[in-house]
Amino acid sequence: MSDLPDGIQRREFDGQTRLATRGDPVYGEPTDGGWRCWDAGRSKLGAMLEGGMGIDLSSGEGVLYLGAASGTTVSHVADFAGPTYAVEFAPRPMADLLDVAEARNNLFPLLKDARKPDTYSHVVESDLDLLVQDVATRGQARVAVDNARFLGDNGQLLLAIKARSEDVTADPETVFDSVCAELTEAYKITDRQRLDPSHDDHLGVVARKR
Amino acid sequence: MSDQSTDAGWFAGHTADDDLRAAIRTGTADAPTDWPTAAVNAGFADDTDDYYATLQEATIEAAHDAVAERQGADDQQLLHAVRAMDDATRTANELAERCHKWASTQFDDVDSGIDGARDVASREPTDPVEERVVSLADRIDDLAAEADELRGFIKRLAPEVALNLAEMAGPVLAARLISLAGGLDSLAKKPSGTVQVLGAEDALFAHLAGRGSSPKHGIIYTHPAVSGTRPEDRGSAARALAGKLTIAARIDHYSGDFRPEIHDELDDRMATIRARADDGDEESEQ
Repeated sequence: MSDLPDGIQRREFDGQTRLATRGDPVYGEPTDGGWRCWDAGRSKLGAMLEGGMGIDLSSGEGVLYLGAASGTTVSHVADFAGPTYAVEFAPRPMADLLDVAEARNNLFPLLKDARKPDTYSHVVESDLDLLVQDVATRGQARVAVDNARFLGDNGQLLLAIKARSEDVTADPETVFDSVCAELTEAYKITDRQRLDPSHDDHLGVVARKR
Repeated sequence: MSDQSTDAGWFAGHTADDDLRAAIRTGTADAPTDWPTAAVNAGFADDTDDYYATLQEATIEAAHDAVAERQGADDQQLLHAVRAMDDATRTANELAERCHKWASTQFDDVDSGIDGARDVASREPTDPVEERVVSLADRIDDLAAEADELRGFIKRLAPEVALNLAEMAGPVLAARLISLAGGLDSLAKKPSGTVQVLGAEDALFAHLAGRGSSPKHGIIYTHPAVSGTRPEDRGSAARALAGKLTIAARIDHYSGDFRPEIHDELDDRMATIRARADDGDEESEQ
């Protein structure tokens, strides 16, 4: 099981040991003395951590989060990390994300298209420690490779690949292999694991920038 | 460094007191750099904490603006814009025809159509009749230019009103579907069979009255998925496209998310339908 940074703890909620971070509640999750439960069923990154993947997190690190949606997961990331840039393409989830950002002074929301990093390279800083990606678009590997520019040397990629976004008809394992093959252009993959049953047909990937 | 430079940060050329929303929204850069340090060195911020505070205020305000703009994007405005574009185009063409006939009595070598009218408009009138003809041609030129402006406006507005529908149908067809249905709300409530024949009402009612076959497609004929498919398979293609367009309109109306997978599903379905043509060719060759 991966070591957790100071900002993340395993705590008891309703008799079960679950992950938790410290911050304002966002989506009606259970809380315990300022700690808020990180629901692995609603967060692919949460599922990757619960699944014991070899993830290396540290407090205060710089993060770029692609596909922030309503901010469920990115709120937990901003609770333990440093400057956190959250990119989301659709306006309606962004409205929720803004509420999450207003309660956290290290979270910077950007209504941008993750396939076009030029449109936010003037805002997002370089040499970040962590790139988290959860975008449902065809070409998920391409997005990760194009956004490697924001990572520092040996920077870490945490990627949730959605098979159905690449090809609805193909076998998920075939899709995962081809996405992983394309990732090696910019990354060295250190761990991969299916996120079933909490997230069907999703693969969690941990990689380091080459 | 200036705002236009593609290696400058969002804060370049500004002080922290400026209105920085536009800089976040419209800027670009070829590559990121250590912006917090660059901002402190440029005197934009006192220290990195100060920089991050300014950055957060600017990013939240910029996103607020963009969200408000997109959510305020109104399907009724799109409906009026597409109807106005069609009226302007049709009227410009009708007047261009009149202008061509009239101008031919005054000048040699007058071309027909909008281009002909533009050519007439550029001439120097020498008598009161020519003055009227050239003036009329001028108005036609303006009207055609307005139709082009309206088309550009629709292309910008349609993705803000209905992101998935505009992505799947193209902005102009998306606007026409919304216009024919009377709004995004009523388009989202229509069954896919109705969407399939929107714009073919004459043919549909003729069919219901017992005259003629049922129409296979209405305005969605202009989509390459239908018009680019061989005639035998156009009914299937129109049915498949209408089904996905209906889903796209419902997602846009009720959720507002961008769902790339529905676009991929349409591509897969179209590939299957088009494969029939290839199979057919092989069979006939055997």
